[in-house]
Amino acid sequence: MSEVRIAGVGLTPFGRMPDRTGRDLFAEAGLAALDDAGVAPPTVEHLFFGNFMGELAEHQGHQGPLMAEAVGVNAPATRLETACASSGVAVREAVKTVRNGEADVVLVGGMERMTNMGTAGATDGLSIAADDLYEIRAGMTFPGAYALMATAYFEEYGGSVEDLAHVAVKNHDNALPNEYAQFRNAITVEQALDAPRIADPLGLFDSCPISDGASAAVLVSEEFAEREGLDAAVSVTGSGQGGDKLALHDREWLARSPATEKAAEMAYDDAGIGPDDVDLAEVHDCFTIAEVLAIEALGFYDYGEGVGAARDGETTRDGRLPINVSGGLKAKGHPVGATGVAQIASLTKLLRGTHPRSSDLDDPRVGLAHNAGGTVASATVHVLEVER
Amino acid sequence: MSADDAPREDGFDDLLDAVEDGSGYYCSCENGHGSLPPRRVCPHCGSQALTETSLPDSGRVETFTVVRVATPQFADDVPYVTAVADFGEVRLTGIVDAAPDEVSVGMTVGVSVGRSETTGDRVLTLDPR
Repeated sequence: MSEVRIAGVGLTPFGRMPDRTGRDLFAEAGLAALDDAGVAPPTVEHLFFGNFMGELAEHQGHQGPLMAEAVGVNAPATRLETACASSGVAVREAVKTVRNGEADVVLVGGMERMTNMGTAGATDGLSIAADDLYEIRAGMTFPGAYALMATAYFEEYGGSVEDLAHVAVKNHDNALPNEYAQFRNAITVEQALDAPRIADPLGLFDSCPISDGASAAVLVSEEFAEREGLDAAVSVTGSGQGGDKLALHDREWLARSPATEKAAEMAYDDAGIGPDDVDLAEVHDCFTIAEVLAIEALGFYDYGEGVGAARDGETTRDGRLPINVSGGLKAKGHPVGATGVAQIASLTKLLRGTHPRSSDLDDPRVGLAHNAGGTVASATVHVLEVER
Repeated sequence: MSADDAPREDGFDDLLDAVEDGSGYYCSCENGHGSLPPRRVCPHCGSQALTETSLPDSGRVETFTVVRVATPQFADDVPYVTAVADFGEVRLTGIVDAAPDEVSVGMTVGVSVGRSETTGDRVLTLDPR
């Protein structure tokens, strides 16, 4: 089995770019990743591409071949869709393809165009990650679904909207020097608490923004990296994926994410590590409560213990386990199909020491990326390790 | 598209018809799992021996949210409460027919069919008892 190296990563800035086409967004990120890797586009043997709602956003299906040609790749191209975990799943397929020897050079990425749909249109589009018949037709929205989980969490374990506000404050602060982030403004707990509610108990500052953007990474076999003399110090050493019932009401737990647990267990086993070995993590904080659910399911905290982690300074940059140093989905932005690979891009830079927040960290060696779809009916976890 | 010209969704619309007639049901298997139609397989254990079982008269609100930013299909309904209620072997997600400040976790609800104020479409509704 080949070891999988990350040869290069690339991003567009995330934000409001309603006039830019998906193909142009992905071309920017894909070319940046290939340039970072020092790999020529024709060398790529397969593209795995994540996108959630291109049919709704820009009337475009069959995006794999479109995105391959946008970056000059003449190879088979596969689009994957698992809602907000679309490109996390693309990473997993890319890892498997390199590991099993089917390819030495794979491009993986994702893109979402959302702001051209308007707030109502994007809210409608995002809602289709839930069960159309029994959730959407009962008025559930994407923020509403996480609000249902937040209320269930508070009922079962305690915690408060103020605890959640600390998650938002932390992630905004993390994003301040990140030139790719959508929000680079500090906020206070008071501002978060005073913001209008979207779906009680969640307010505007508990929610990630609606974002446009793209991400890409070049994954290569260790043999290829050595043969070509590539600078590829970061490896993907663990990969896992978990699944659950689509509708929240069909799950055993309303305030836990078993799909994340399963993905984490698989990825830890694969990498031969445990949660205590992780130095920093990028987790799927589409809403503040989602960060809490993630750090518990990943094994960093017992159930019911994660809600105070940001408030207590344990998950800030100088805490025992920095979470979402990039700014997370909350402040970096969440172009949904791009998010999974964007997490890989941020972690790669943090582990290489080339991220604007690298100087704030204590020589991290092991990073974890957690990407979730819907109300976590899909989840992927990847472990990245750097060789020094 | 309004309820009147929308294509039927067999299973789902059959259930709403039954709820409107006061005879709501769910799919149950021999292992005590419940799910919502159409189902050929129990999503919890894989049993293919599913039978229609009457929904209990009342359930308990397990969690709820006050939706203030809606999809276009509910734009004129805001603010409204969407809740998940426990009916024993099965849970239902529905809009609660009550003002936001009257809803709490643990409250007892029945099930009926209401209409979206925006589209007129039928909506699974939870009625405070």
